[in-house]
Amino acid sequence: MSVLVKNITRFILFILVQYFVLDQVHLHRLVTPYVYFLFVIWMPFSTNRSIQMLIAFALGFTLDSFRHQPGFHTAACVMIAYLRPFLVKLLIPQEGADSNYDEPSPKSFGGIFPYFIFISILTIIHHGWLFLLEAWQFGNIWYFLVKTLLSTAVSLLMIIIAELLFVRKQKFRTNTV
Amino acid sequence: MNNVLIFIRRYAHFLFFLCLQIFSIYLIVHYNKYHNAVFSSSMNQFTGAVNTQYNRIQEYLALKKENEKLARANEQLQNQQLRNFENTDTVQRLVIDSVALDTLGTRRKWMYLRAKVVSNSVAMQNNFIVLHRGSQQQLKEGMGVVDPGNGVVGKIIEVSDDYAVVISLLSKTNDFKVSAKLKKGGETGSIGWDGKEPNLLTLNDIRKSADVKKGDTVLTSGQTTTFPFGLPIGTVEEVIPEKSTNNFKIMVRSSANFYNLQYINAIENLEKDKIEGMLKKAEKKIGVN
Repeated sequence: MSVLVKNITRFILFILVQYFVLDQVHLHRLVTPYVYFLFVIWMPFSTNRSIQMLIAFALGFTLDSFRHQPGFHTAACVMIAYLRPFLVKLLIPQEGADSNYDEPSPKSFGGIFPYFIFISILTIIHHGWLFLLEAWQFGNIWYFLVKTLLSTAVSLLMIIIAELLFVRKQKFRTNTV
Repeated sequence: MNNVLIFIRRYAHFLFFLCLQIFSIYLIVHYNKYHNAVFSSSMNQFTGAVNTQYNRIQEYLALKKENEKLARANEQLQNQQLRNFENTDTVQRLVIDSVALDTLGTRRKWMYLRAKVVSNSVAMQNNFIVLHRGSQQQLKEGMGVVDPGNGVVGKIIEVSDDYAVVISLLSKTNDFKVSAKLKKGGETGSIGWDGKEPNLLTLNDIRKSADVKKGDTVLTSGQTTTFPFGLPIGTVEEVIPEKSTNNFKIMVRSSANFYNLQYINAIENLEKDKIEGMLKKAEKKIGVN
């Protein structure tokens, strides 16, 4: 499957799963798990950074349209799309690994631990920014702070399950290609 | 000039990021008010169509429960039919009158319009319900919405050709409150939601002199043009005296269950325009606005 077709399929699937499954599961009023932004995390390394932000914008905007509350997820997705390249540079172990592999995965990060840190940081940033905006719009900062922490924990758990269930094959590309 | 261009080139990504963030925040501030809850009618048509497809599957799974509910409603209606009642004296005869404006002077004021729910939420701070019935099927903005058992659900705020969006009673916004009345004492207040637990509403503006107990019924007051008098809103769950004011804050368990809405009824007030036209005229007379 080409990279484009793969990503379009992912986009649609993540939106559908997020809105029709995860948003309908009411675990607790303080816990709303989000997984759809894994799409942003999994975007190819090689995409232009502005394009990455634009795609993340489209992703957030689509979800917001379904939820009839424009802006919140759009802002959060753009935020992690902007910060993702910095984290990749910071956490990827050997020089040039991001050009040898297509997209972030435990393999391209040279181990599960650095990849887990990468995902955790982006999840906390996404949830934090999302709930900060909600708190600003709807008041009650403590409620949203607790909500951020609990939701982050549950989201991370679901992301790990998703990673274990859908193993992505990553081919090693040589620089000569 | 050259320096400015270099600056823009160097920070192009960052500037683009800022632009997108500012645009998002603009969306939040501008559209998350009650009036602009739905930001585009075309996006509404699209998400409505996707929701309908999904709902066809979901509805199939809930058929059994829905059947039971319909059977119960059927039973109730059957029992109300006139042919179930017998007149012992031979002077009276049963006549079915099909004229809308009958000779006794009663007119139809409220009209129930059934609609299917294609999307519903309870987990957000402002919750919306999407109906598969729109302006081409007589739904209008401002109609009240109740569940099959007549429990208050919300109010229509936006209609497109085939879909309508309802703002649920589970909305934190201050712009949507329903006027409510205690059945026992008759005190009126306004009912809203504190954004915490679904199905648990808050009733404000009830004086501490009112006699309220757990289990009391809360009804619509009939003082607005949205809902008729006497529709059930819920039952009192807890009465909390507010420290700084002379009012109670009353927690009300809603009679409509917001988790499993399948079909709802929109209520049209056929005399709404008359009432509102008169109010406007009266306001003009004493020079308001």
